[in-house]
Amino acid sequence: MGGIPHDHYEPKSGIEKWVDSRLPVIGLLYDTLMIPTPKNLNWMWIWGIVLTFTLALQIITGIVLVMHYTPHVDMAFASVEHIMRDVNGGHMIRYFHMNGASLFFVAVYAHMFRGLYYGSYKAPREITWIIGMLIFLLMMGTAFMGYVLPWGQMSFHGTAVITGLFGAIPFIGEALQTWLLGASAVGQPALNRFFSLHYLLPFVIAGLVIVHIWAFHTTGNNNPTGVEVRRTSKADAEKDTLPFWPYFVIKDLFALAVILAVFMAVVGFMPNYLGHPDNYVEANALVTPSHIVPEWYFLPFYAILRAFDNTVWVVIFAEWISFGIIDAKFFGVLAMFGAIAVMALVPWLDTSSVRSGRYRPMFKWWFAVLVVDFVVLMWAGAMPAEGIYPIIALIGATYWFAYFLVILPLLGVIEKPMTPPATIEDDFNAHYGSKAASGETVASPAE
Amino acid sequence: MLWDGQMPPKFGVEKVSNPEDHQGTRRDFIYYATAGAGAVITGAAVWPLVNQMNPSADVLALASIRVDVSGVEPGMQLTVLWQGKPVFIRHRTGAEIEAAKAQDAEADTFIDPLARNGNVAETADASDANRVMPSPEGEGAGAWIVQMGVCTHLGCVPLGDGAGDFGGWFCPCHGSHYDLAGRIRKGPAPQNLEVPPARWTDNTTIELG
Repeated sequence: MGGIPHDHYEPKSGIEKWVDSRLPVIGLLYDTLMIPTPKNLNWMWIWGIVLTFTLALQIITGIVLVMHYTPHVDMAFASVEHIMRDVNGGHMIRYFHMNGASLFFVAVYAHMFRGLYYGSYKAPREITWIIGMLIFLLMMGTAFMGYVLPWGQMSFHGTAVITGLFGAIPFIGEALQTWLLGASAVGQPALNRFFSLHYLLPFVIAGLVIVHIWAFHTTGNNNPTGVEVRRTSKADAEKDTLPFWPYFVIKDLFALAVILAVFMAVVGFMPNYLGHPDNYVEANALVTPSHIVPEWYFLPFYAILRAFDNTVWVVIFAEWISFGIIDAKFFGVLAMFGAIAVMALVPWLDTSSVRSGRYRPMFKWWFAVLVVDFVVLMWAGAMPAEGIYPIIALIGATYWFAYFLVILPLLGVIEKPMTPPATIEDDFNAHYGSKAASGETVASPAE
Repeated sequence: MLWDGQMPPKFGVEKVSNPEDHQGTRRDFIYYATAGAGAVITGAAVWPLVNQMNPSADVLALASIRVDVSGVEPGMQLTVLWQGKPVFIRHRTGAEIEAAKAQDAEADTFIDPLARNGNVAETADASDANRVMPSPEGEGAGAWIVQMGVCTHLGCVPLGDGAGDFGGWFCPCHGSHYDLAGRIRKGPAPQNLEVPPARWTDNTTIELG
């Protein structure tokens, strides 16, 4: 599978040989589980397991919820209340599913910013990164469609707003929006098809997750130094790596246990903290809630959508240069999708010769500002679109684009990076003392 | 006889296609024809799957509704649901009519210069007179204004009763301000509130659609 030299599976018993010569599935699982993994991975490398667990959690709780849910405008809201009040343990299953979406996005944002800091997107891991961005887009689509299903006020009017984004596209927008909704307004056709797609997309995500893992098992994991594992020989590779099982599995499961303790506390004691009370009011087409806010995980992008109104000079310029085709509304939509697109293009926007941010003295600070910017945008997106907030959102959105389109390309030219360690082994020994440096293998607890 | 490397005799100029040979052969034609037929068949198979998502016949069956507005006094607004969307029927007071006409003078600051009224010409300008309903007998001009209660930005329902900086409607979602004639004056929305096809069937009943 991968390019890192390591021992491959050899069938030993008769039954293993019998299976292996017909379907080499045991070998596939063995090689996947025993993949050589850089031994200096830090705690930011645990999010993959958390994400895999969360995907499984969402699929399992989701399948169970569907057994009690009715996708009809007259019954959807009541069927969710039926789950909450009547179905045995239904309220806990739904709270797990509801808050599972939040756990999913906490983990994915941590995972993505990990990749952005340590340069995990850089060659040769561009495809891993792109697949990851596709998964992120599908996650957002799935989460959005799932939020429509309870058919509360936020579900209904949120759908009107989000499908309105497509209506902003010049010429074809209106037809596209009607096609998406199956009617001129949000109603039964929209609810029914969103239910269908909300059930389907997690399985598409699961398929892409396998491709994602396949891709980085081919290139090998990145690591905090950004230095590649030596592939000159199996002996060299073994100085830089440890097998995924048991070393990293146990570490990751420990981290998962800690995160799940927090998650359980949220589900058990404050299950509606991240939700909106308005969504416990049944959908009503005649009244928009006074303050429409998407779920917290969409807020940074929502803030970017709202930031560009027709008083911003770039919007005025875009409208002028495109003869009015790109108006303020379409510009906002382009900005929102553009904010994700620039992230997807980061493998080609980052020109630095050094992979990891650890050895990039100027990059570190710009990256820290990007993280703060993300949080500020999240906050600005939750605020009403009045007063100072659109200005804050505009500054935040400007920095977001500047980071990817200006700062990253320029930093590669003007920054003088530090010299990363020659090997992962050197980095590891620098942290874990002379015992390993003297040539002994690192003592594992089992020895 | 074993094959000697010579092609068997065939009609005309045909021969096996070969990278050096840029002349079309019968085999090339078969490739293109197969690919073309494949594309057409794929398209024919995919189109129904795409088209099924368009509005179905029952949704399309355009329902027009009649609204009794006899109880709507000046200064009141009635919101009704038509084709799944809210429609604002506002009975304006004398002061509101005056203010809306005064706002006509600010036409050079209008974001959208068109009336967006389904009952007048498409190119009509966004004057108050072009936006309002003709009044029923015995009532001054501009007393009634009927418009979709759908913000032209992203489809939220704007708040009425003098909300916003221009005394008309205000969309709380993204901060679009509409004036007393439903014209967009500030914020991200690109168009004036749409005026649906509407007419009086008698002095107290409006038909929409």
